[in-house]
Amino acid sequence: MSTYFKDIFSAVLTTLIAMRITFRHLFTPAVTVQYPTVKWNLPDRARARLFNKIEDCIGCGQCARVCPTDCIDIETEKRAKDEPEIFASDGTPIKLRTYVFDIDMTKCCYCALCTFPCPTYCLVMTKEYEYSVYDKKDHVYHFAVDKPLYAKPAKEHAPKA
Amino acid sequence: MESIRQLLASIPNYSALPEILRDFIPMLVSCVIVLLYVAVLGMFLVWLERKVSAHMQDRLGPMYVGGWHGWAQSLADGIKLLLKEDMIPSSADPLLFKLAPMMVFVGAFAAFVVLPFGLSSIVADLNVGVLYLLAVASLSVVGIIMGGWASNNKYALYGGMRSAAQIISYEIPASLALMTVVVQVGSLSMQDIVLAQQGGIHKWFLFRNPFTFVAFFIYFVCSLAEVNRTPFDIPEAESELVAGYHTEYSGMRFAFFMLAEYANMFVVAGIAATMFLGGWTQVLPAALAPQLIPGPILFSLKALFLVFVQMWLRWSLPRLRVDQLMYLCWKVMLPVSMVLILGVGFLAVYWK
Repeated sequence: MSTYFKDIFSAVLTTLIAMRITFRHLFTPAVTVQYPTVKWNLPDRARARLFNKIEDCIGCGQCARVCPTDCIDIETEKRAKDEPEIFASDGTPIKLRTYVFDIDMTKCCYCALCTFPCPTYCLVMTKEYEYSVYDKKDHVYHFAVDKPLYAKPAKEHAPKA
Repeated sequence: MESIRQLLASIPNYSALPEILRDFIPMLVSCVIVLLYVAVLGMFLVWLERKVSAHMQDRLGPMYVGGWHGWAQSLADGIKLLLKEDMIPSSADPLLFKLAPMMVFVGAFAAFVVLPFGLSSIVADLNVGVLYLLAVASLSVVGIIMGGWASNNKYALYGGMRSAAQIISYEIPASLALMTVVVQVGSLSMQDIVLAQQGGIHKWFLFRNPFTFVAFFIYFVCSLAEVNRTPFDIPEAESELVAGYHTEYSGMRFAFFMLAEYANMFVVAGIAATMFLGGWTQVLPAALAPQLIPGPILFSLKALFLVFVQMWLRWSLPRLRVDQLMYLCWKVMLPVSMVLILGVGFLAVYWK
């Protein structure tokens, strides 16, 4: 019998305690933000969309080799001896003409392993994370600007259907 | 309804109408008023619930629709539900399936007839008001079990069965708790009960004597069970039964269940406010403060406060198990309310 009344008492007491907690939370400021109008400040090393500064790219292909999901596609050809010498912004001579530098962001797993081996630090992860598109093909980013002079493109780079 | 009848009588040539129309029109007008009130109230309570739950979880809740704190959110949701396809599962019982939401809504709607919003703002002051309320409130069980059965879905049926078991059990302590007030007033009319509490907060039955004080809390807890609110929301326990008895419902029929649920919340809060918190009477005695707030607003505020407490409890307490629910009803609420009835009876006889 005494446990019966003790149970009733503890039920009332714990209910009141629970109500006090929720009442306190009623007046604590919200931790959420109104997303499209207000945004979180991303941390300094946040990893989102990849960006390649193609003028600095020497076409070494280390990023493509390290990528665990094979989302980077690079094709290069040797620049001819008589072409003017060009350098990346840190002075590395660019010996290869990169005529394909595609990153398929649908395959990217945001590990950032590709950015570490880059000798000229031209491949970086930006903080840009809002890049939804209506077509999956639009998630393949083409960074190369040069056209091949000697080699013919070995394969079609459009994503397979 | 008397005031509406008088208002209509002031229209020229009104008395020239046939008598059946003169009887019928005031009913129609008061029905429309109550229906509008229920619809607006339902939408407001849905919005309030979302805001209260959001802020209790340190969120913001709806913020965009309509501008100020998403006030038009439930309006937009209502329009969306109106435009949705009217679907009836192929293996459901079509007639019962269509009838169930109406039944539930009628139960909630009919209870508004005897809620005293003010001295003259009551649709019908029945001399068996409390009895009528208890009878009409249990009408929603029929609709719920009807919907659960007609859906031809195991989760819906479970929800309906649980709801029936729960509502029927909890009606007994709830009615007994209300009887403590009825014994003291000596009348079942809602208006008489309110008038017995006139004259300020110390006259409310909540503070009149210890028995009615406890009875208020018993009634409040039981009313939570009657309208299937947390911690007694096992009929629609979403982690176990998808959505309980309205699993198969969508579109406007779902909206009716929703509206009925929130109307029912207001009804049980309104009953509690009438019986224990003085209904439409002023909070402070006339000697202390001017009696400024009109009765209907005061009544709505008192009822809305209790509705807020219902929402508050929803986010404070976890759901009870079925056996715990029955334990609470039959082994705690019922004996205590019996004792309260006895105590109030003694007071009524010997304390005069």
